[in-house]
Formats: sequence, C-alpha cells, structure tokens
Amino acid sequence: MGKRPAFDEIMGMDGDTPPRLPLAALGKWLADTPDDELRRRQETAETTFRQLGITFAVYGDTDTRERIIPFDIVPRVFLADEWAKLSEGLVQRVEAINAFLDDIYGERRILKEGVLPEDLILGNPQFRPEIAGMRPPHGIWAHICGIDLVRTGPDAFFVLEDNARTPSGVSYMLENREAMVRLCPELFREYRVEPVDSYPDRLLETMKSVAPRGGSSGPVCVVLTPGHYNSAYYEHSFLADSMGIELVEAADLVVDDDQVWMRTIAGRVRVDVIYRRVDDDYLDPLVFRADSMLGVPGLIAAYAAGNVAIINAPGNGIADDKAIYSYMPEIVRFYSGGEAKLPNVETWRCREPQALQYVLDHLDEVVVKLVDGSGGYGMLVGPTASRQEIEDFRRALIAEPHRYIAQPTLALSTVPTLADSGLSPRHVDFRPFVLTGSKGVQVVPGGLTRVALKEGSLVVNSSQGGGTKDSFVLMADGQRQTQSMGGMTQSQGFGA
Amino acid sequence: MMLSRTASSLYWLGRYIERADFFARLIEATVRLDVMSSRPAGEVAWSSALAVTETEVDFAAHGGTLTQTDVVRFLTVDTSHPGSVIRCLDRARNNAKAVRTALSREAWTAINRAWLVFESRSQVGDAAQTLRLVESVKNETRGFEGAVHQMLRNQSHWFIRLGQAVERADNTARLLDVKYHILLPEGEAVGGIVDRDQWTTILQVVSAVTAYRWLYSDGLTPANVIDLLIASHDLPRSLTASADTTVELLGLLAERTGSHGEADRMARMRAARLGRTRSGEVIASGLHQYLQAFIRENGQLHEAIGRQFRFG
Amino acid sequence: MRLSIDHRTVYRFTAPQSRLVQMLRMTPENSHDQTVARWRIDVDCDATMRRGRDGFGNAVTMLYAEGPIADIEIAVRGEVLTSHSDGVVRGVREVLPPAVFLRATEATPRDPAIAAFAAEVTAGAEGPVGMLHRLNRALHERFALDRARPAPGLSAAEAFARPAATSRDLAHIFAVAARSLDIPARYVSGYSIVEGSLRPTPHGWAEAHVERLGWVGFDPCTGRSPQEESVRVAAALDASGAAPVAGSRLGEGEEELDVAVKVSAAQ
Repeated sequence: MGKRPAFDEIMGMDGDTPPRLPLAALGKWLADTPDDELRRRQETAETTFRQLGITFAVYGDTDTRERIIPFDIVPRVFLADEWAKLSEGLVQRVEAINAFLDDIYGERRILKEGVLPEDLILGNPQFRPEIAGMRPPHGIWAHICGIDLVRTGPDAFFVLEDNARTPSGVSYMLENREAMVRLCPELFREYRVEPVDSYPDRLLETMKSVAPRGGSSGPVCVVLTPGHYNSAYYEHSFLADSMGIELVEAADLVVDDDQVWMRTIAGRVRVDVIYRRVDDDYLDPLVFRADSMLGVPGLIAAYAAGNVAIINAPGNGIADDKAIYSYMPEIVRFYSGGEAKLPNVETWRCREPQALQYVLDHLDEVVVKLVDGSGGYGMLVGPTASRQEIEDFRRALIAEPHRYIAQPTLALSTVPTLADSGLSPRHVDFRPFVLTGSKGVQVVPGGLTRVALKEGSLVVNSSQGGGTKDSFVLMADGQRQTQSMGGMTQSQGFGA
Repeated sequence: MMLSRTASSLYWLGRYIERADFFARLIEATVRLDVMSSRPAGEVAWSSALAVTETEVDFAAHGGTLTQTDVVRFLTVDTSHPGSVIRCLDRARNNAKAVRTALSREAWTAINRAWLVFESRSQVGDAAQTLRLVESVKNETRGFEGAVHQMLRNQSHWFIRLGQAVERADNTARLLDVKYHILLPEGEAVGGIVDRDQWTTILQVVSAVTAYRWLYSDGLTPANVIDLLIASHDLPRSLTASADTTVELLGLLAERTGSHGEADRMARMRAARLGRTRSGEVIASGLHQYLQAFIRENGQLHEAIGRQFRFG
Repeated sequence: MRLSIDHRTVYRFTAPQSRLVQMLRMTPENSHDQTVARWRIDVDCDATMRRGRDGFGNAVTMLYAEGPIADIEIAVRGEVLTSHSDGVVRGVREVLPPAVFLRATEATPRDPAIAAFAAEVTAGAEGPVGMLHRLNRALHERFALDRARPAPGLSAAEAFARPAATSRDLAHIFAVAARSLDIPARYVSGYSIVEGSLRPTPHGWAEAHVERLGWVGFDPCTGRSPQEESVRVAAALDASGAAPVAGSRLGEGEEELDVAVKVSAAQ
C-alpha cells in the first residue's frame, strides 16, 4: 500500500509549511532537541510509570507479565479556538446521549416518532429491560463520557466512537502531564497550557452533585473496582486516591433496607454515590448475572428506590453501541433540535442490503468492525489486510451482516513520534472526557491521545501496540512565546 | 472510616514484608555462619534455617540437598511453596496493590522495587551473589520502613505496623526456639560450651550484635542472649518490645474507631505478663514450652485482631 | 372464583449464613380479572422487607436478614378473586413494549428444532391467535407433564429433546416457538389449581402478544388458555426473570430448598 497523504498536526501536510503557526516553536523544539535527549526523557518517564505500576494486562496474551503502555514524549497540541469548537460539539453530543438514555428507558418518544427502527433498540442486548422504568437521580445517566475523535485536516474532526459506560484512560491524561511537566518544563514556559489536574476535583463535584440525599457531612462517594487483577486497576486506585474517597470492591458493600453501606473497621457507613468501574453484568447478581460471584446483591433495588446514584447508570450500553453509532446524527438532531456539530465518520450499516453490497465490493478499502467487539478485536483494516483476512471477513459478513458496520479508511492525522529511527509521523486519535452533573456539562481541557506506534498503522489500541501522548490545550492568550527555550533566543512570538 | 478489607490488606502487608525481611536476614546470617565462621557449620546450619522458616517438609518433598546453593535457592526464589522470600514479596505486593490508595507512592514503590528484584529470577549463585541479593531485599524493605515512617500517622500506618509487630513476635520466638534446641541438646546446662558463632548468628538475625555489646558487659552467654530477645524493652525485635508495640498500636486504633475490643485486652494482658517475666526463670522452667505457648498466644491475638476489625 | 393460596419456601443451610438478601416476586396485583382480597408474606426470622418493582414492572419485595441463619421459611398466604377472561390479560401494568419479548435468553435461545416444530404445527392456521392455540395444543400433546421441580439451567432447546417436560420448560418452549414466528412471548409465574392442588413449585405458563388483542395467556400444561383458576404474579423474558425468589447469601456450605404450594378454591 502506498503512503496516504496525512495531515501532520505539527509539520503540516507536506512537511515544510507549518499550517498552525503557533506550533512552529514546538517544531523548532523538536528540531533542536537531539533524539537521544528525547529518548532519555521518554525512558525516564516509562521507568517512573513502571515503578508506579501503571500497567495493564493484554487480553488473550499468554505472557501474563504486566506491561506499561508506551509513552511518547512529543505532545499533541490543540489551539484555543480549535478546542472551543470541539467543546461545543462534545457538549451537544453528550447532552443528546443523556436525553436519549432518559427517553429510551422511559417514554421512548424517539421510537414512537419513528426516528430509530424499533428492533435496533428493543432487540439489542445492550438495552437492559431489567432496569426499565428506573430513573437515576437527577435524570443523569452518562456522567462520564469519553468521546473518541479522529482528525483528518485542520478543521476536520469526526467522532469515531462514544463511550458512555466506563470509559478509561483518564489516569494517562493526568500521569502523562505529570511526566511532561517534569521532563520538558521548557515547553510549559513556552506555551500556556490549560491544566488538567483539576479533573479529580471536578469528578468528585460531579459525583456529589447527583447524590440522592444531602446529609450533614455531605454525601459519601466511593469508587467500585472489580479488584486489583483488573487491567485498569491502577486507574481505579488512582482516581479514588486523588479524590480522597474509598476504593471499594463488591464484597465491601452491603445492601440493607434498600440502602447501600460499606463495611469499615468501626462498622457500617452509608454510601450515596458509587462510581463503578464494573460492567452492568456484575453489578447485582439478583438482577443481572445470577451465576456471578461478584456484584452487590440488592444494589439495583437500592438504585430503584432512589437511595444511591450509580455512575454511570446501568443500561448505558445502548447509547454507545456500535449499531446505534451510525444513528447518532439523527439522535443529536432529535434531542437538540439542531445538526450535530461534530460529525460521525461515514458508516455503512451492513444490516442494510445495499450497504452490505457496497462493503463487500470495497473490502480492500474500508474498515470493517464487529458491532459488539471492542479494543480493536474483530476488526478488518482493508488497505493493510492480507488476502486471507479479507476473505475471512467476506464470509463472516455474508453469514451475519447485522453484526458488522464498515467505515472508509480515514487518513488520520499524524503527530511526530519518537521511533527507533528518530522522529517520524504516526497516526493518532483522541479521547476527551466530558462530565455531566446536576449543574451542567463540562469538558476537561485535555484528554488521552493514543498513537499507533507502528509505521502506517491506524490501530491505536493499547492492546494492539498503541501508545499514548500528552495532549496540550493552549489557553486563549497562550499561543505566544513568552521566553526563550532550548537553544532559541528570546523572540516576539509567531504570527505577531 | 477505613474499610475492613483495606485494614486486612495493610495488616497482611505488614506481616509479609516483615517475614520477607526476616527470611533475608536469616539467610544472610546462615551464609556467614556456614562460610565465614571459624568452623564451617554445614548441614546443621541450613537445616536449622529450614526449621525456623517451617519449610523442612516442603524442602524434603522438593528433593534438594542440605547445601547452601539448594537451601538458599529454595528460600529465596522458589515459587513452589509459600515459605520463600519471593512468595512473601509477591503476597505483600498483592496486598499493597489492593490498597494502593491507602499507601503513599513511596511505600508502594519500595514494595514494587523489592518485588522487581526477584521477578523472573530463578538462580541465586554463590555466597557473594547471595549476600548481594539478600542485601538488596533488605535495602528495599528498609526503604519501605522509611516510607511507612514518612506516611501520615493514620490508620493505614498503624495497621501496617501492627502486622509487622505481630509477625516480628512470631519470628523472634521461632528463631530462639529452633536455635536453642540445636545449641543445647536435651540435658545440657545453659552454662555449657558456648558456640560463639551460633549465638552470634542469632544476634545477627535480629540485628542485635551491637546492642548486645552495649547492654551486656560480661561477654557472650546464652542466658544473656535469651534475656535480650525475650525481656528487653529496647531491642525492637524482642518479644517484650513487640508486645509493647502491639499494645500501643491497638490503643491508637481504638482511639480512632472509638471502641476497645477483645484484641486490646489480650494484647495488654500479654504485655503486662511479659513485663514481669524473668528470663532466668523461663530458662529454668523450660524455654521451649514457654516459646511454644507464646507462639500459640500470638496466633490467638492475630485472630482476635481479625474479629475486632471485621476482617472476616 | 375465590382462590386460596398457601406457598411455603424453606431454605436450609449446612452452615449458618451471616447474611441473606433475597428478591421475592410473590405478590399478585389487581387487574381486570384478578382482585387480591388478602395477601401476606411472612418470614420466620428477623428481617426487613421493602417493596418495589423490577424492570418488567413486577411487584418485588426485597428481604434483608442478618445472620447467623441456619434456615429460613418464607410463607405466602392469601386469597384472590378471579374472573373468566379467555386468557386475555387486561389492566396489567406494562412497562416494556411487546417487541422486547422477541429476544432470546440463555434459557430461551433461538432453536432450529423448535422453530421447525412451530412452523409445522401452525401451518394453515387462521391468524396469530389460531396459530398460538395450535402451538399450545401441539405442545400439550407432544410432552408428558413432569411434575418434579424443574432442573436448574435446563434450556428450552434441551428440554425440547426430552419426552416429558415441567410446566416451566413447556412455557419456555412455547416462548421460543412463538418468537420464531415473530410473535412476542414471555414467561409468567403464578398459581393455578388445574393440575392438582398440591405442587412442588408455583405454576408457570406463557403469554403471547397479539395485535389489537394485547397479551394472551397460553398454558401448554392444559393445552388451553389459563382461566379463572389461575393467579398471575410475575412476567419476564424467561423463568429466571420471573422467579419467585432470587437470592444471595453470605456464608459457606450448601443450601437445600423445600417448596410446597397449595392452591384451592375457597368457599
């Protein structure tokens, strides 16, 4: 496959005309800092991550050793005006997701008005009849959303995927920033970067805002983890720690009299808000999987009685289901009354015969995804796939077309990345985090940039050889040089 | 208020770290005894190390010979039985992981580093290499001690130290019991021939060589060593000091949770009794029986702690 | 008809339990053809009970008991007045649209053998009601009724291969068959005097949704629609979702379950 022309966010389209002038200083920094020095700093960061135990386990990997997700020292940058536009789109989308969930488990207006096909929702395993008719406190369902975005040009952002269940990765946003501040302080003298370290405070505020009761000493909030064998355990403990609240496992919680309590050394303490990082299936064995030894028996009864807030609410899977994704523009229009400010990637629903035919005819050009798959598994990237892989997918598609969607292969933007051979462009995507509490929606100025470390690869998943980068959001007045950096002398700023 | 599970993990973390550290010091002292003393001690030294760690049966099943290479490998990097340093560190680390939020970064990092020293290591090498390995474990556990010391004086801190104190009491009692048996075969009087190297080994394991010199001017005698390890309030690893520490920590926890319990009462009674103990009388009336009873009582205290803080 | 119900459930544990949480679906509700005259749930140990609803709209009672508990008896007694309805369910709280009940579950999976059977026995029938009645009769004729307690975990597909089936399994097979004909169907648990007055479990049958008519009951045990001799308690996608008791306990050991249901026509 030939190289596709990709938009490089720092170097530009052809590599010599920086399209975003404020980033010229960053380009200069990259040019002036020797690769060995960058590599040394990168290794220092990775050593720290390993010592902190920021590790994950790869599914289906026989080597059970814990790994760290590779970290790349070159940051990815959003300009203030780019960010402002993105934020608007994110807020609109997350508001629509919340309205959709409230509707679909309640009145189901969107089905009655024929905007979505009924069987798409009612027959979807992600629509959970077990919690129909229950409404979370304050009517908020998706308190924490991670919206996966890709970029193909200076003004071209697309939503690749919504995550309204238990989006992970926020600890990388925070730890990567810690590492960058420590290892590349000169960049922060150069650019005024929006801080991300208020995230835990904002999250706690969000949690408290949806508590079902006040109480004299304020609501008791906890983080619920499946336990320290879970691949995202570091993040769970990190979040609990930075919010200063307890990290509990299911066995630490008991439900009595439709109220949730945690077991402490001095007896039981009432719990009001649970940020759960376990799947719906493992929340309550009385309601979901009866064979599960995990879970808190009675939790859903407490939730139904309005005595506890569960973050995110059970049943959210219907909002970020890949089969629903292609209808998001309609969903946004239905609830917001306007067009989606952040477009979807064009998507062929293979359940529709015409779309299926198109996909089968263009398998070597498109990306095919399993509707119920995740983490980059069950995915075909046509342009880089072998003939065998393509034929395997062709058979699978014909057998069960409703399980697949397909999208064009996008020329994802690149950011210079430190490879073995030196700095080299690599494809990236982006997951910003959006918080919704009873006082409104807020977008944290930053996020998780994932980078496909293999040259030409478009798969950024950490389980498939992806890494991460820090993501700078520049302040509105921060795009000017204020001081000298590296080998540069003081100057008046670019574009001035 | 702290979760019961968290308290349990912190307490066990303390126990396992202490145990790993004790094993490391026991191995170090035995290597010295075997290799560097005036008369090489050989099999007896290594079989006593196994006896102290209660791993004789596992070792026999394992089919090794009573040599330094085999026993050290067995006690350090062998993952097939629970009595090795690596297994202690692994369990310490798992407990630490389960309570990441209750630990400071430094405390966690120290445990993780100690574990990384051993991870994927299967051989230990000769005496010099063994000593280096053991030294690195001791460094990391010391680092952990230091980090715990720096932590807020809160429940987390106290539960870790409580686990350490209970484990320490058990380890010291066991060390003394086994060594005393070997050194003084039945019927022999305490004042008999003194195997200086052996008695020095005991002092090394509890880091008390220098302390001994300060406290006792009349040379190395078994009665003095026993007195030091049982009755000294000043030697942190003595039975009395461990018992005092246990009482102190349970008192701090009771203040925090607002209630005293069964474990407090047991610990206070034990400390009061130890305070009245004369080591000479203990020796005369049977040290072995005394130590066995102490180990049993320590086990009961351990269980009472579990009940009091709802670990169950 | 005035029906009197006495339903006792006893759990015995080989080791005392430190805690017990159970969700009971044991409360019938009023509808056009069913009036609850008297109803109570009693437990023979200290426990708190809270009433609520599950996602399917069924009335549930949460039961919370602190240990040590060696055994627990849940006694349900009451009287219900019923009237003839030709199996048509009216005046029942419906939370979910019928299309939800087209989905498969672990106990009621899509199954080619059942689908083929359904297609065969309904061929040529008049409209959906005709088809469903034929299906109901065909199941009644095909299987001997097994009065034992249903085997846990047995799916409709597995049950279909056996010569005898319990009321639960028959209702599951009915649901799978109806769904294969694109007719929403669900499992109903309740009480009935038709098949003898003493039973080892509450009764179970099926309901199917027919345009314009709404939900209609079908009982493959009798080959007819349930009539005034039945009391409807809970409905869900399959028996586990409508189970009278969903429980969780904290403690070691095994549990032994003893259930006795007595339904009689009161005078």
